[in-house]
Amino acid sequence: MIAGIEPRAEFVHWWFATGFLILGLLLFSEAIVGSEVWGRRPWRRYLWPSFMFGMGVLMWPVSTFFTNSTIHMVAHSMWAQVLMLAGAAELGVARGKLHSQYWRLTSALGLAVSGGALIVHEQNHWLFSRAAFLHHTLGWTVLVAAVFPVLQAVKPRSLTAATGFATTFLVIAVLLYCDRDTAPIFGHLSFYAGVPHR
Amino acid sequence: MSANIAHELKAKTGERARSLRARVVLALGPATALGGAVWAVVQPWRLTLLHPHGQGLYWLLAEPPLYVVLVGILFRLLLAPGIVADLEADR
Repeated sequence: MIAGIEPRAEFVHWWFATGFLILGLLLFSEAIVGSEVWGRRPWRRYLWPSFMFGMGVLMWPVSTFFTNSTIHMVAHSMWAQVLMLAGAAELGVARGKLHSQYWRLTSALGLAVSGGALIVHEQNHWLFSRAAFLHHTLGWTVLVAAVFPVLQAVKPRSLTAATGFATTFLVIAVLLYCDRDTAPIFGHLSFYAGVPHR
Repeated sequence: MSANIAHELKAKTGERARSLRARVVLALGPATALGGAVWAVVQPWRLTLLHPHGQGLYWLLAEPPLYVVLVGILFRLLLAPGIVADLEADR
């Protein structure tokens, strides 16, 4: 019954793409104006960490209902956990309960784990379909981008690290918006991928 | 160069950098919305609202180019003015 009313996977990917776009814009504007100006209004300090935490919470229904394989469920659960962990750690820093700049390493851990899960849970090769290509691209992008929060933990005022971290979420958003359930990639679509639709 | 002129130059450079940052923050929302609008023009079939007959509920809800436009507009209207005001107050 649930399978009949649940949205297509591509819709969910677009909704999360919108979430990552919002996260990217928030982080990018914080990087531009600096954390002192950004934190001048207390509610703004909580904005992107709580948004990240909320996206982690919303990932749980995805991992529960889109269980077309165990590895998919495990991967989505891992993303839910690391989004919540990174969001919670940043909320702790914003609230002043956590003081160390090294809490930013939870974001690095989140990106590294997410990238690994993306690469491992995609069982097909790069040109199998657009979804497969995007999973591989997302995985490697996110894995490499884990270097930015590490840099931020070491050099909290680094503009390169802050804009790199923000751009990572904008890139994730663009790649997720490109996702389709069954579509070719650079003219390639495996016979086993199914019938493409719009 | 006298100390007064050096201070004045430094202050002017700092002001220019701040005003550039303010302009970038103000441009983020419109740039995002423009991206969504261009996407809608390039792939109009993504907007099922333009041809709603026979579309299911989810297809009518899933309008990704409009999401992008909406995010850009909301960012520009709700967040950017406050950020820029705080940046100006920092001068």
